[in-house]
Amino acid sequence: MKIESSIILRAAGHFLLPLLIIFSIFLLLRGHNEPGGGFIAGLVAAAAIALYLFSMDIQAARKALYVDPRDLIGGGLVLAVLSGIPAALQGKAFFTSLWWPVELPLLGEVKFSTPLIFDIGVYLVVIGSVLTIVLNLAEAEEKS
Amino acid sequence: MSVSLALPVLIPLLAGALSLAFWRSHLAQRWIGVIGTGALLWSSIVLLKVTWQDGIQVMHMGSWAAPFGIVLVSDLLGAIMVLLTGITGFATALYSLVSIPREHEKFGYYPLLHLLLAGVAGAFLTGDIFNLYVWFEVMLVASFALIILGGERAQMEGAIKYVTLNLFSSALFLSAIGLLYGVTGTLNMADVAQKLSQVPEAEQGLVSVISILFLVAFAIKAAAFPLFFWLPASYHTPQVAVSAIFAGLLTKVGVYVLFRFYTMIFADDTELTHTILLWMGMLTMLTGVLGAAAQYEFRRILSFHIISQIGYMILGLAIFTPLAIVGGVFYIMHHIIVKANLFLVSGLVYRLRGTYELKELGGLYRSHPWLGLWFLIPALSLAGLPPLSGFFAKFVIIRAGVEAGEWLAVAVALIVGLLTLYSMIKIWNEVFWKAAPEGCEQREAPPYTHQGNSLVMYYLPIIGLALMTVLIGVAAQPIYELAEAAAEQLLNPVGYIEAVLGAKP
Repeated sequence: MKIESSIILRAAGHFLLPLLIIFSIFLLLRGHNEPGGGFIAGLVAAAAIALYLFSMDIQAARKALYVDPRDLIGGGLVLAVLSGIPAALQGKAFFTSLWWPVELPLLGEVKFSTPLIFDIGVYLVVIGSVLTIVLNLAEAEEKS
Repeated sequence: MSVSLALPVLIPLLAGALSLAFWRSHLAQRWIGVIGTGALLWSSIVLLKVTWQDGIQVMHMGSWAAPFGIVLVSDLLGAIMVLLTGITGFATALYSLVSIPREHEKFGYYPLLHLLLAGVAGAFLTGDIFNLYVWFEVMLVASFALIILGGERAQMEGAIKYVTLNLFSSALFLSAIGLLYGVTGTLNMADVAQKLSQVPEAEQGLVSVISILFLVAFAIKAAAFPLFFWLPASYHTPQVAVSAIFAGLLTKVGVYVLFRFYTMIFADDTELTHTILLWMGMLTMLTGVLGAAAQYEFRRILSFHIISQIGYMILGLAIFTPLAIVGGVFYIMHHIIVKANLFLVSGLVYRLRGTYELKELGGLYRSHPWLGLWFLIPALSLAGLPPLSGFFAKFVIIRAGVEAGEWLAVAVALIVGLLTLYSMIKIWNEVFWKAAPEGCEQREAPPYTHQGNSLVMYYLPIIGLALMTVLIGVAAQPIYELAEAAAEQLLNPVGYIEAVLGAKP
């Protein structure tokens, strides 16, 4: 069963996908001290792909994602757990935040940190789990 | 502060994440399963050694100071429990290699197993009550999924009872946490223990209410009377490896928390709580063992015996003399190993004969005499025959009861011991001794319920755990000393409080 989506949605989907992904990365980096962070950013990114799925079809959505969503769950979890370890190597308690401020041209001071790595892990896990569910449901729908 | 403190939580988390990342490769997941639980066992041995030599270990996670941040604390009881988690986890992982069908591996058996172990280890090590709640939930999520893996009708039925009662218990737990936070303004266990003694007279009633709320919540988790019926309804439905780890560890988390809370935190009003605990313990023992007597399914009998054994541990806590607490701790150590092993044996019997029904089994002693021995060791230990581990565990508790003058409890404990022996002999007679019924010898478990033809990985963990049971019995003295030191720390929480919050000026 294939429902033709409206032409407006299809046209908008092309533009909205990259915009929403950029917005989700903005939310991800904004987190920690201001509203934002890995979880909400992951939801926005997953919503972007889901919107793309509705405007196009499943194959297009999978292609836009590049990887299998299940890989994102595992990879993200590994990243999140690993982010606690650098502190232990320095003799501090696990999950102690470490900050590495770097001066970059144009951008000014950028703070790399272990919470950022943790947040990226969460981001990937959320995208992965939401899309695993959504894509599987969509495929089940298509088969029936 | 020692790094070894966080490892028992981090290792299973990492192993779980890795096996999710390798979800395509069954082989990789199996290796991660064995190596991950092996590493967990190793780290728990290191942790116990460090705790024994250097005293209570504390780690402020993320370097946020207590009582505001979350602390991981390992006193001797916590370290012992983590070691038992490691042992059970490793034995189960080996057993899973052959007993978990590919279909279940595909649906994430290994990641869930690691998640479950992480939840259990986290619950044993955390020093924060809300964090304890979180670990409970981690554990429950993993166990819900494990219990329905396979999706048979009986599993769904068991899982619904399991989920409903455990969610109810979690809700009680959470409300109690809210009230406790309202009264004391803190959820750090050491801080709570300290602040509860300063609560004004007018609010003592509220403290009692909170204490009872926690008691009911944890009694459900521990499957104590009268809220135990989720356990026999669900534990015989999943894969045996899952049953074994549930039987060994999950209810014992509830018991552990009871020990932690009602020695360290709510120790002022023992008149009320420990009287309830005493009756709860006795009735739990009795109902469990009587329920088992009526059963003729291998794993259901064992499930009911979990309940009756939980009663002994609660009894140890309820009598509340130093000796009784020692007995309770010793009992937990002995019980986890024995119970997990009995479930593993039942799985091997199923593998050989394709059924759990005692009526349809028989003649295994003739065909597999050694298996008879590996069954008898944990079974007789469970019943409390010397020189096995169960004898010393029961002996210490009953002796504590005699010294405290709790004659009724002593009588119940002795009768239940006898009935346990009856149950174990029943299994022995039906499964091993009596002549095999018609056609029983030809039957085998259908191939979709396991992997490969080798039985080595079935025997290996069974023999290992059985030898451990003998070892605890033969070398009871050092184990007893360990339990004694653990009980000593529980009854004098000053050391724990100072370790977490720093010495008082």
